[in-house]
Amino acid sequence: MKLPPIGQLGPFIALLIACAFFATQSPNFLTGGNLSLILQQVMVVGVIAIGQTLIVLTAGIDLSCGMVMALGSIVMTKLAVEMGLPAPLAILAGIGVTAGFGLVNGLLVTRVKLPPFIVTLGTLNIAFAITQLYSNAQTVTDVPPLMTWLGNTFAIGGTEVGFGTVLMIVLYLGVWFWLRETAAGRHVYMVGNNPEATRLVGIPTDRVLLGVYVLAGVFYGIASLLSVARTGVGDPNAGQTENLDAITAVVLGGTSLFGGRGVILGTLIGAVVVGVLRNGLTLMGVASVYQVLITGILVIAAVAVDQLSRKGAR
Amino acid sequence: MSQQKLVLQGKGLVKRYGQVTALDGADFELRAGEILAVIGDNGAGKSSLIKALSGATIPDEGEILLDGKPVSFGTPMDARRAGIECCYQDLAVAPAMTITENLFMGRELRRPGFLGNVLRMMDKKAMLETAIARMADLKVGIRSMTQAVETLSGGQRQCVAVARAAAFAEHVVILDEPTAALGVKEGNMVLELIRRVRDKGLPVILISHNMPHVFEIADRIHVARLGRRAAVLNPKKISMSDTVAVMTGAMPPEQIPTECLA
Repeated sequence: MKLPPIGQLGPFIALLIACAFFATQSPNFLTGGNLSLILQQVMVVGVIAIGQTLIVLTAGIDLSCGMVMALGSIVMTKLAVEMGLPAPLAILAGIGVTAGFGLVNGLLVTRVKLPPFIVTLGTLNIAFAITQLYSNAQTVTDVPPLMTWLGNTFAIGGTEVGFGTVLMIVLYLGVWFWLRETAAGRHVYMVGNNPEATRLVGIPTDRVLLGVYVLAGVFYGIASLLSVARTGVGDPNAGQTENLDAITAVVLGGTSLFGGRGVILGTLIGAVVVGVLRNGLTLMGVASVYQVLITGILVIAAVAVDQLSRKGAR
Repeated sequence: MSQQKLVLQGKGLVKRYGQVTALDGADFELRAGEILAVIGDNGAGKSSLIKALSGATIPDEGEILLDGKPVSFGTPMDARRAGIECCYQDLAVAPAMTITENLFMGRELRRPGFLGNVLRMMDKKAMLETAIARMADLKVGIRSMTQAVETLSGGQRQCVAVARAAAFAEHVVILDEPTAALGVKEGNMVLELIRRVRDKGLPVILISHNMPHVFEIADRIHVARLGRRAAVLNPKKISMSDTVAVMTGAMPPEQIPTECLA
């Protein structure tokens, strides 16, 4: 068993340092209840970041992820509350809308050959506008209990664990397995590594890309449900911090923005690092604007490390 | 020399792109167990010929025969299914992925039973074992098949790409400028590998601009000119400068001494 190179351990080390620091700053930090709370706070970002990781692995980026998630949560709550659609159908419709946005992103990237950055900058604004128009900028309340069930917790040895947290971890393990053990998963890496060579050996690269964007949309839809479960409402202003936090999680987790390199479980650690920072700084009584500042610095540092380590590999 | 069996044949191939005639009745013959170099100036119809033979374009006229039977390739996948493997210019590998993964790119083996059919799990062990066997077969001296291709030298990387084509080809290996991006030592490493591919019995079509390399390993040289085959030369009899003269048209084919033809 070989030890992973230091680059892959980086996110984990960052997490340990952050935890150690906050443990010295606040006696409440290292309690089971608080750690469980952090995981519940990161579940929405965490699941969005799964989709984001898949796209970044293909050397793309999705700036629309948080806004699409917000639209999904508005669609599912409004359909259930105002149209009286049964909750399971409303949830599926919401996921269908987010997957549809993934499909549009994917088609524009593969068929029209537009850069993902520009495409998703456009759909970011489109999704935000549709969310505001469809909801009249009003929060949707009185959502059916099935939609908030994932926000409930169960006790393990005195610590409350959220069902949503469990779902997030199961999704991570599933995608980890898929990326590692199946040919389709490896093709995602190959497309990010060398799209031309991948096409020439007969792998339909456009289908791989399209599949990744749609799959990412499905994860945003699941995140929509988690967001509703966590807040208990359909919030048209959700997704604004999650949008960049998800990209931050991916980058902190060691996935290269140049594509083709990265491990999905790194993203989970990256998401937890973001959550730990937010939570720890809040416990220390630091104003939230400083949390944003620190997150920004962290992203740049992580990308710089990625860039420098790639230069070193040459 | 006894007439060897023809593996791949093109007869009167024509390909037009609008006003431009890229192939103007080109013939082509690849014999069993040989390295056939294809040379030609830019626009001589060299790449159109290779594209037609590998299924990347469909010729307007003429026919292609594989082992004496007419075939028609609509896509490169058709040619691949028929046992013709191509290795394209530039390093056609995924740098961050392992050698095994690169060899099996797009042809991954799946586990038997539930794990493979339902969970779609790859058979990593079988792929690794096959990779080790194939690379040993071709005497490519790379120690670990689980290292990333980016840890290899340029020559070794190209060897991986050539080995991928050779490992899966049943009839013909087509190599497009395999030594173009390499230094002298690295280039020789790839030339050695190409020889071993031939010695295993697979005929090789080698497209190259590098005359010393062509003269070093080709058994015959197909000279493309003006969309046709100008001549097929014997590198053991003709000089490099005369070959270039045929290629550029300075020496008309009828002036070539007969003993230089192959």
